[in-house]
Amino acid sequence: MARMKFLCDAERCIECNGCVTACKNEHELPWGVNRRRVVTINDGVPGEKSISVSCMHCSDAPCMAVCPTDCFYKTEEGVVLHNKDACIGCGYCFFACPFGAPQFPGGNSAFGLRGKMDKCTFCAGGPEDNGTKAEFDKYGRNRLSEGKLPACAEMCATKALLAGDAPVVSDIFRERVLRRGSTGDAAWGWTTAYGKPEQPAAKEEAK
Amino acid sequence: MNKSVFLALTATLALAACGEYPQVVDYKPGNYQGKSDTRPWEGGQFAGNKQAWESALHARNQAQNEHKRIQ
Repeated sequence: MARMKFLCDAERCIECNGCVTACKNEHELPWGVNRRRVVTINDGVPGEKSISVSCMHCSDAPCMAVCPTDCFYKTEEGVVLHNKDACIGCGYCFFACPFGAPQFPGGNSAFGLRGKMDKCTFCAGGPEDNGTKAEFDKYGRNRLSEGKLPACAEMCATKALLAGDAPVVSDIFRERVLRRGSTGDAAWGWTTAYGKPEQPAAKEEAK
Repeated sequence: MNKSVFLALTATLALAACGEYPQVVDYKPGNYQGKSDTRPWEGGQFAGNKQAWESALHARNQAQNEHKRIQ
């Protein structure tokens, strides 16, 4: 069975915030809520590194452990979701999460207008029926039930952000790391862009 | 008199810890009691066909690997 995970390649992330925008647009998130953020280390300094952060759908999720109403659950695919009908907006999950993933929806009151926590769903919706309006209103679009991966990863221009089955994603990343650093005509995309090197015999024939 | 004072002091010291409870929270994994979620392949376009859903997701997974996609 698949174990859904995100993996962000800091060598590739260019801090374009395309993932943040894609997420916000896909789920029509309210003002003030970003389920995903791009964090930059040593911003402005040569060699700065950026990484896209959201819920990591932890195998041993602290949010699940601290929730007083036990409104969190984990799907068969390893996606950590929560039931907003049971959420009381206490914010314990926000304090427990090392990635700052659960958030209060923006608003004038301390606990937000709707009084429910909001978090990344790995584009898997919530406990409502798949693809219904009720699910979309509470949790956003359910792309996983449409056979698609999260919008943030699929929208990533440099493919820094990978999402999907953990072994597959780690294989993609491993292959990338092994081939990274190749220069000249060994670099990825070289033959696509510049073609194969001309053979000396072909040059002679051309003359 | 001395004996009763001694007994009272002993009882106080001996039972002092009985009213205490652990100060460290024993964290446990959540025990979800809410309504159950439908699986991604149930309903909608896949209508319960798990194999079709897995192959669709696998294709999307592999599309993230540009080494396989182009070269």
